Amino acid sequence: MPLTPPRLATWLPPVLSFAILTLVMELGLWVLAVPDYLLPRPSQVFIALYVNSAELGRSILQTSIAASAGLLASALLGVLVALALSINDGIRRAFYPYAVFFQTVPIVAIAPLLVIWFGYGLRTIIAVSFIVSVFPIIANTLSGLLSTDPALRDLFRLHRAGTWTTLLKLRIPAAVPHFLTGLRIASGLAVIGAIVGEFVADDYSQGGGIGTLVLVSIKELKTDKVFAAVLMASLLGLVFFALVNLISRFTRRHWHIAETRE
Amino acid sequence: MIATTLTDGLTALGPASRAAGAAGAGVAVRLQGLGRRFGAMAVVADLDLEIPPGQFLALLGPSGCGKTTLLRLIAGLDTPDRGSIRLEGDPEGRSRAYVFQDACLLPWRRVLDNVALPLELGGVPKAERREQARRLIQLVGLEAASERYPDELSGGMKMRVSLARALITRPRLLLLDEPFAALDDFTRQHLDDHLQGLFLAHGMTVVFVTHSMAEAVYLADRVVMLAPQGGGLVLDQRVDLPRPRDQDTRVSPGYAAHIHDLATALARWAPGGVVA
Repeated sequence: MPLTPPRLATWLPPVLSFAILTLVMELGLWVLAVPDYLLPRPSQVFIALYVNSAELGRSILQTSIAASAGLLASALLGVLVALALSINDGIRRAFYPYAVFFQTVPIVAIAPLLVIWFGYGLRTIIAVSFIVSVFPIIANTLSGLLSTDPALRDLFRLHRAGTWTTLLKLRIPAAVPHFLTGLRIASGLAVIGAIVGEFVADDYSQGGGIGTLVLVSIKELKTDKVFAAVLMASLLGLVFFALVNLISRFTRRHWHIAETRE
Repeated sequence: MIATTLTDGLTALGPASRAAGAAGAGVAVRLQGLGRRFGAMAVVADLDLEIPPGQFLALLGPSGCGKTTLLRLIAGLDTPDRGSIRLEGDPEGRSRAYVFQDACLLPWRRVLDNVALPLELGGVPKAERREQARRLIQLVGLEAASERYPDELSGGMKMRVSLARALITRPRLLLLDEPFAALDDFTRQHLDDHLQGLFLAHGMTVVFVTHSMAEAVYLADRVVMLAPQGGGLVLDQRVDLPRPRDQDTRVSPGYAAHIHDLATALARWAPGGVVA
């Protein structure tokens, strides 16, 4: 797909729907006289966004640093694990269940444990972000490594390519689109993981991330600020997703690899 | 016309291929009591077949009759349960090349590096293998596309890249598995002519799997038909039409007679008419 600016028909409907929904909510909450601490009106959330912009900005930076580090760790370690698991069936059967563990572990339950191991602060937050986001990368990369076109494998066999050569010149490049699909799923999870990590392990050294901001604002009963923070958190997830999408689109175009559809 | 330009192109490859142009450059294939089962189903059973060096053999038969299995066995991509495969003049099978049903190109490589792949896997230095690849690309008439990627090529062009890739190792036994089946008739006839030109220039042994009687008769010295499920050879017919064959061949009485013979033999063996 060309990177041309989106056309009117592309961006108008979501913008319009957002404007209408906001307006309806604003009027509805006003008419029903819902208390602000229960559900603030959109206008109040926007005001909170403006008033707390400096604090929000700093928190977002904090969280995005942690999420980036977590995602990077997931990408690197996830690919290494996938490569190791792709060596043979025995290794895969023996160790894949441990990879699934990362998918099924109730992160909120083991996060305090991570605090014991890594202490309060960025390291634990990154660890949580990593644990939450690594599985999609392992699973997708592994399936990519294992689903190489059999005819291409035959071609390499016919020309007596060794295991190592086949891995480097065929299986790894062929798995790139699958890896990118995994990375895309992981990008959103890394942000969620960082926020959960902050709930448990933030040491407030840099003023705290977006998760911390939510926690503190709830205790202060500043519901409008909570909403502003949540809004920013979702926006951050979206930005991560979009960035990874951009990277993957660039890679695909550069490598001439077709899009894999989930 | 095409045949002569291709001959020139191949002799330009060097003394080795000039020598290869002579008869006897191909590998003789000897199959004895060959058997291959998948589960309970015998796909190939007790098959004997001798292919003399430099022969163009067409392997004809309906889908599921084990043509591809047989070809993969000869290629060494699969091992037989019973019997033996002997390649005379090339016991280790180093000069085999295989053209797949699909072009099977690496999408992340340009045409040039796709064609050079077999040499790359054989450890030939980059400059040398690219030089060779350029010649082969010229041979199949794709000079203009050598820097392009497979997703920028038509089906016929991809198949020509695949053909060039197979020929770059100067194979003495060329195995093709319904290579042009997915192409339109026009492109297919064009590629058939290409293949014939390469065969005449190179003199290698060719085993060509197809389900088209017309294509088999047009290309081959000999047509062999397989029965389904290990039924063995039901027909072994020589095609003595003069070469190079061209558009006139397709309307000649001899051509029609051969196709008629094949169709009759087939009807006798399978009254239901398995092959269209």
